Amino acid sequence: MEILVASAIGILTAGGLYLVLRLRTFPVIMGISLLTYAVNVFLFASGRLTVGAPPILGDATTYTDPLPQALVLTAIVISFGMTAVVVMIALGAYLGGDDDRVDDPAPEDAL
Amino acid sequence: MSLFLIVALPFLGALLPGLMNSAGRAACAGVTFMVSLLAFIGLLTHLPAVMAGELVTARLDWIPLLGLNVTLMLDGLGFFFAMLILGIGLLIIAYARFYLSREDNMGEFFTYLLLFQGAMVGIVLSDNVLLLLVFWELTSLSSFLLIGYWKHLPEGRQGARMALTVTGMGGLAMIGGMLLLGQIVGSYDLSVILQNRDMIQASPMYLPALILILLGCFTKSAQFPFHFWLPHAMSAPTPVSAYLHSATMVKAGIFLMARMWPVLSGTPEWFMIVTTAGLITMVLGAVIALFKHDLKSLLAFSTVSHLGLITMLLGTGTAFGAMAAMFHILNHATFKAALFMSAGIIDHKAHTRDIRRLGGLRHLMPVTFGIATLAALSMAGIPLLNGFLSKEMMLEEAAHTALFGMPWLVPVMATVGSLFSAAYCFRFISHTFLGPQRTDYPATPHDPPAGLWLPPAILVVLVVAIGVAPFLAEPFIKVVTASVLGDAAALPTAHFKIWHGLTTALYMSMIAVGGGLLMLLIYKPALNIWDKAPRPEAKHIFDAVIASAVSLARRIIAPLHNGAFTRYAAIMTVTVVAVGYHAWATGTVGAATRSVQPANLVQIAGWLMLVAATCGLVVLHRNRLLSLILIGIVGLVVSVGFVFFSAPDLAMTQLTVEVVTIILLLLALNFLPNHTPVESSVLRRFRDGTVAVAAGLGAAALSYHYLLRDTVAPSISDFHLANSYNGGGGTNVVNVILVDFRGFDTYGEIIVLGIAALIIYALTETLLDGPVRARLLNRKPDQPRAGGMHPMMMVVVTRVIMPVVLMVGFYIFWRGHNVPGGGFIAGLVVSIAVVMQYMASGFNWTSARLRYPYHGVIGAGVLIAGLTGIGSWFFGKPFLTSDFTYVRIPPFEKFELATAALFDLGVFLAVVGAVMLSLESFSRLSRRAHVTDSDQPMDIDPSRDDTQKAEG
Repeated sequence: MEILVASAIGILTAGGLYLVLRLRTFPVIMGISLLTYAVNVFLFASGRLTVGAPPILGDATTYTDPLPQALVLTAIVISFGMTAVVVMIALGAYLGGDDDRVDDPAPEDAL
Repeated sequence: MSLFLIVALPFLGALLPGLMNSAGRAACAGVTFMVSLLAFIGLLTHLPAVMAGELVTARLDWIPLLGLNVTLMLDGLGFFFAMLILGIGLLIIAYARFYLSREDNMGEFFTYLLLFQGAMVGIVLSDNVLLLLVFWELTSLSSFLLIGYWKHLPEGRQGARMALTVTGMGGLAMIGGMLLLGQIVGSYDLSVILQNRDMIQASPMYLPALILILLGCFTKSAQFPFHFWLPHAMSAPTPVSAYLHSATMVKAGIFLMARMWPVLSGTPEWFMIVTTAGLITMVLGAVIALFKHDLKSLLAFSTVSHLGLITMLLGTGTAFGAMAAMFHILNHATFKAALFMSAGIIDHKAHTRDIRRLGGLRHLMPVTFGIATLAALSMAGIPLLNGFLSKEMMLEEAAHTALFGMPWLVPVMATVGSLFSAAYCFRFISHTFLGPQRTDYPATPHDPPAGLWLPPAILVVLVVAIGVAPFLAEPFIKVVTASVLGDAAALPTAHFKIWHGLTTALYMSMIAVGGGLLMLLIYKPALNIWDKAPRPEAKHIFDAVIASAVSLARRIIAPLHNGAFTRYAAIMTVTVVAVGYHAWATGTVGAATRSVQPANLVQIAGWLMLVAATCGLVVLHRNRLLSLILIGIVGLVVSVGFVFFSAPDLAMTQLTVEVVTIILLLLALNFLPNHTPVESSVLRRFRDGTVAVAAGLGAAALSYHYLLRDTVAPSISDFHLANSYNGGGGTNVVNVILVDFRGFDTYGEIIVLGIAALIIYALTETLLDGPVRARLLNRKPDQPRAGGMHPMMMVVVTRVIMPVVLMVGFYIFWRGHNVPGGGFIAGLVVSIAVVMQYMASGFNWTSARLRYPYHGVIGAGVLIAGLTGIGSWFFGKPFLTSDFTYVRIPPFEKFELATAALFDLGVFLAVVGAVMLSLESFSRLSRRAHVTDSDQPMDIDPSRDDTQKAEG
């Protein structure tokens, strides 16, 4: 099972990065979303994988690690906020310039 | 008055001029004056203690681990400089009130001035070298603002930039020097450093430390070869020039040399570097000053020359030299500030500072003539004025100093410097005031109101008083000198007198004054020779150096940092992979400690779905709608994975976030093109693919590795599991961590979320106000629109379901403390319910029924969470300490009341507000003028009039 989760993280990372390296805003946003999944699952898996032992106190003797879950929970919500901001910026750039390229040709005196 | 208050007053007072700006110019200057006066009086309260030779100190631990503490001390030297800074500051404030025109923003000016004043007072009162460095940099920054105050003048901006570059680089060098010094002694406290002369001078780090510190001092005090910035800083308003370049900023370097004198001076290295630099600066400055035509430039170079004189005196390393230096600092500050102010008056009234267009002003401006002449004669070294006394002492000291084994070198150079110094003073007087009255002044000059001439007049009174009765200043200067010398040398016994008899110094002085007069007579031919002689232009050299530094930086940065996002992303990925591979290849890896858990068919099926969706997304990403569906599948599989691996809270969050994210992206896709064109070459796609696969392999390998190994150190999670119920009162440990153990983190996170939503709102507003608005209004949708805007089925279902969803949200919220749920999830669920109303019944209909704006909801959420945290203060507990109790209200079961629930309510509100504000902003973009959003919430409604009519 570990190999499934690890390979899923790898595939999500690879797919996300490939899309992040594209030239238009929308695939880049998709890529960032995929990377978000990869990072969230990666963080979550740092608590190691446990089946059937949710961190709800009761009669059970073992529980899974609750800390990564708490971290990932807020990360999921924040990543929504960040995605929304990036989408808004992409949208503003497209509506303002009628062009959704990520890499504007840099002006010479940009430095 | 506490030393802290003396330093803090100007900084605190810097807030006032801006506030008083609208109350008028007098009020604005008045409040600045009062602030400085308060600090000045506070300083004077320490005069008796300082005169008695006591050391006033104040200490406050700031970052003790770094040796950085706010320790202040006031001794004779610190008092002397603080008095100059605050005292002359008072005169400058009064002068600036009348000097600045109505177009100048006075509040801004005085704010900068007070900031600068505070930083300078901080330097001279610091007892900790690190603190001193902080103030040192502050003076560089605030003087930048002051020099560039007239932002519309290109010379002002360039001069300010040059001053900042030169003094800033010197400051950097000095940080290094001070750190070395601290390392040698083992303390950053000045009072400790000053006690360790032998240890410092014996250290092999002495020379590097000395050179670095002197670089800082020389740049600040405009010593050769860093003297060039000072004349360019003259494009500042005259009050700034008079303040910064007579009494304060340029004296900071001198101050530091004097402060460090007991430990750094007396060695051959110190003597060689400091005396030589001072001597060259003194002569060079004086010669250039003679041939400058701009009054302020002339004064600027004369300042450079006099700073060189003081530096040379400190460089000799004798007690008498130090005393002469201190005396000359006082004298120079008085006559030079008066001269700058006089030059400002002339500029103000005659509308020119060019000495070639002036002359014959003595009858037109008799008061200014009197003030400027006395000050200039003092600078020239004429008896009965204070400049004469310290210049005599300088010549006396020079006569006994042998540099490079040549006993004649220093006396001759000093005499030549004094000669040119006398010459430019005489030129200043005669070419400005004497000679025939002219008819072609740009404006008819006349004496200014008292506000402008009184401040320099006060200084000239001092010039004459000290000059006639030097014994008045003697006790004070001796106290100052004693604190400069410390334990390193005994106080000289010489007295300040006008007449010392026929000494060598007097003969040198007579040569200088006579030669100066002679030079004035042959000025025309001398000027011709000067104009023909080739000279390096400092500004061109400086600009060339800066330009080459910029182009070097550009050549290094441009390949890495060309503004293309894809390039950064690729470079960063490759770097991370390479570093990770290096760590793996060179480090040691322990054996696996956990066993592999078996996987069944269902899990493999889920994995296959995820892989298929991700690969499909990569291959089919050009079809944007399809990629949205595929990413939805990825999200769902991840949610299911969370359920399977014992994380129900995460699964609920992921699922609800998935819904709002997809809605958001759909709203955005409404505007963006539906298709991504093929642009990159096959080679490039192959390259990107390789980078991505390498990173993916790395991530997979890393994950697999740690999934099979236990944590190296015991995890803190056991603490959370053990204390969740007893300490936090909840059985859902994840929720208790969020609202209790790590409540402060969560508090920060909801603020971030709120800020993100507000950014989106602000961007939308900007877009809708800008040129994009017209484009949006004229936009023709490229997709056929669905027939019904508000389908009846959907409207009815969403209305019916709304209370049910709210109930579910309420339920999820309340149960969250003990079983999966909580504020985050409840907030997302309720948001989805509200979004559904927008989708079904339309923007207008929903907005009309909205009672509270979403910003307010975010604010209320953050406020409630914050107030809950503050509430625990009233019980003497730290921020966000939670408490809980169990109550029983018949006929209900016993239930729990926890303050954490109140905090969770804040989280809930912030999430609802943030999600709704983001989505609402996006949908506002899509409302176009010519498509009227129907006022009717349903397309078909049998009870409505127009439908009946249409049917009838």
